[in-house]
Amino acid sequence: MLDSHVQSDRITEILEAHKGLEGPLLPILHAIQEAFGYVPDTAIPQIAAALMLSKAEVHGVISFYHDFRSAPAGRHVLKLCRAEACQTVGADAVADRIKAALGIDWHETTADGRVTLEPVFCLGLCACGPAAMVDGRLVGRCDEGVLAEVAK
Amino acid sequence: MKLYVPLDSAAVAVGADRIADAIAAEAASRGVEVEIIRNGSRGMVWLEPLVEVVTDAGRVGFGPMTVADVPGLFGDLSAHPKALGLVDQLPWMKGQTRLTFARVGVIDPLSLEDYVAHGGLVGLERAAKMTRAQIVAEVTESGLRGRGGAGFPTGIKWKTVSEAPGEQKYIVCNADEGDSATFADRMLMEGDPFTLIEGMAIAGLACGATKGYVYIRSEYPVAIRVMDAAVRIARDAKVLGPAFDMEVRVGAGAYVCGEETSLLNSLEGKRGVVRAKPPLPALQGFLGRPTVVNNVISLASVPVIMARGAAHYKDFGLGRSRGTIPLQIAGNVRFGGLYEVAFGLTLGQIVNEIGGGTASGRPVKAVQVGGPLGAWFPPSLFDTPFGYEEFGAKDGLIGHAGLTIADDSTDMLAMARFAMEFCAIESCGKCTPCRIGAVRGVETLDRLAAGDASAIPLITDLCNTMKSGSLCALGGFTPYPVMSALTHFPDDFARAKEAAE
Repeated sequence: MLDSHVQSDRITEILEAHKGLEGPLLPILHAIQEAFGYVPDTAIPQIAAALMLSKAEVHGVISFYHDFRSAPAGRHVLKLCRAEACQTVGADAVADRIKAALGIDWHETTADGRVTLEPVFCLGLCACGPAAMVDGRLVGRCDEGVLAEVAK
Repeated sequence: MKLYVPLDSAAVAVGADRIADAIAAEAASRGVEVEIIRNGSRGMVWLEPLVEVVTDAGRVGFGPMTVADVPGLFGDLSAHPKALGLVDQLPWMKGQTRLTFARVGVIDPLSLEDYVAHGGLVGLERAAKMTRAQIVAEVTESGLRGRGGAGFPTGIKWKTVSEAPGEQKYIVCNADEGDSATFADRMLMEGDPFTLIEGMAIAGLACGATKGYVYIRSEYPVAIRVMDAAVRIARDAKVLGPAFDMEVRVGAGAYVCGEETSLLNSLEGKRGVVRAKPPLPALQGFLGRPTVVNNVISLASVPVIMARGAAHYKDFGLGRSRGTIPLQIAGNVRFGGLYEVAFGLTLGQIVNEIGGGTASGRPVKAVQVGGPLGAWFPPSLFDTPFGYEEFGAKDGLIGHAGLTIADDSTDMLAMARFAMEFCAIESCGKCTPCRIGAVRGVETLDRLAAGDASAIPLITDLCNTMKSGSLCALGGFTPYPVMSALTHFPDDFARAKEAAE
């Protein structure tokens, strides 16, 4: 965990770098999440002050979008597609086996902090499903074998 | 030795990066000089990773490649076990009319020289010599309709923005391609990003807009990277500049942001909540200013229309569906991928002849056309020709032209429930029929699954309410998959009751 001053300085830098953009809030939140792995609550007043928004408005935007997290994820993030095209080639069964192997459900993280499991609705890999994303990397024709990539 | 290895997401997801690395390593160990170009995908996803080797006769394809197949590329090519022959001559390629996707898979996506050598920028150059009204008239005359799904005539939208008063206008490209079974926007952006840039620049000229945004969903990391790089290259080459410049913006995982007003709110940095219309985005869009919001494929079809003329484009098609449509054939299908063709093929031709039926080898049970908000079509409707009005007449829609094929092991009640569940998860919450209706829909379908047949009139009534009372297509069209499943597959809804008795 970063020291709070360091964190605050980094957020100031990010806010500074996005000055002049039309509609800067989403790019700012993406940049903060890229820097810290999540959007810390302490960032909210800082963002609100810089963009002349209320804290409630910033919180409302963060909580609206699936991508933004308020707490760090596990060391690996495994996203499995739940959408129709992947369902037709067995995505539900693959997801059930992966959940059983990890001992967690959607949106949960294994007790050892190794893997966070998330659903995703379409990665655009609909002709080579079931599709997954492991730490940002795309996987087509996915099965439980994908667990090897999040083993450590 | 010159080779092409796709950078397309689908190819990468099945190992294209590993193949490219293996080719480079093999070449180095043999002391052979190779040029590896990372192209877009040809759209034959079942053959990915598809490697192409440039020969005197043309580009010869090999696929689906594994790392073990790589050394063979340095030997007798005709004896290679994965040799497919000349890629241009494969039936999948020869059957298509590639207008919008003409360059995808062919060129180096990030080479502006390659783009120009293959007919790029001709449309923009022609548009630059025309008046705004002339460009708008040409696009209107082509018959191009919104490829995002709504099918609204592109030229008419442009005319509204072009004639709207306002110092600052915008061109916003909707690249929030969230529908399952659709990947045409992704493939276009990854395989030929300059076409989209050119289309947006032409739209800018036509409407008097100097600024554009491409809103790409975060689930498309490759498309984001390629588009970002292409915008920088186009800016350096002065294709973009003070007259028209653009930025790539990234979504944050909300399906509803594919709806145009929700997208505009998201672009402004707000919650992606749907806006009531009117006012139309054409008059009060991004930051309250006149804005064109068009789908990727709509905008990317403009350069070829401007280059070859409206009549050339309009000549293709059926009824009021003019030009070509990039079909995305997906799900449980033998030959899945992207197939650009004139409107008018029947659904059966697409599923059985082009797609080759299911991958599982079992009979096709249903095809969902138009993404998660599209209707499920049974084989008895396979004579429906692919067109906006034709699918509308059968209580369906073509949407963004994605097709999910499902075999006979599919439980249609479960698919109907999923449609409601998805709507409940993704609803923006602004209107009651969608926010509450989707939750009640899941509950009602669970009653049906438990054997309570009295829930059938209730789900029908709920679907009618959602259809006519929702603010946007999310709540308004979720009834399509639900009611089509119930109408065409009543046995799946009755089975549970029998089991209960």
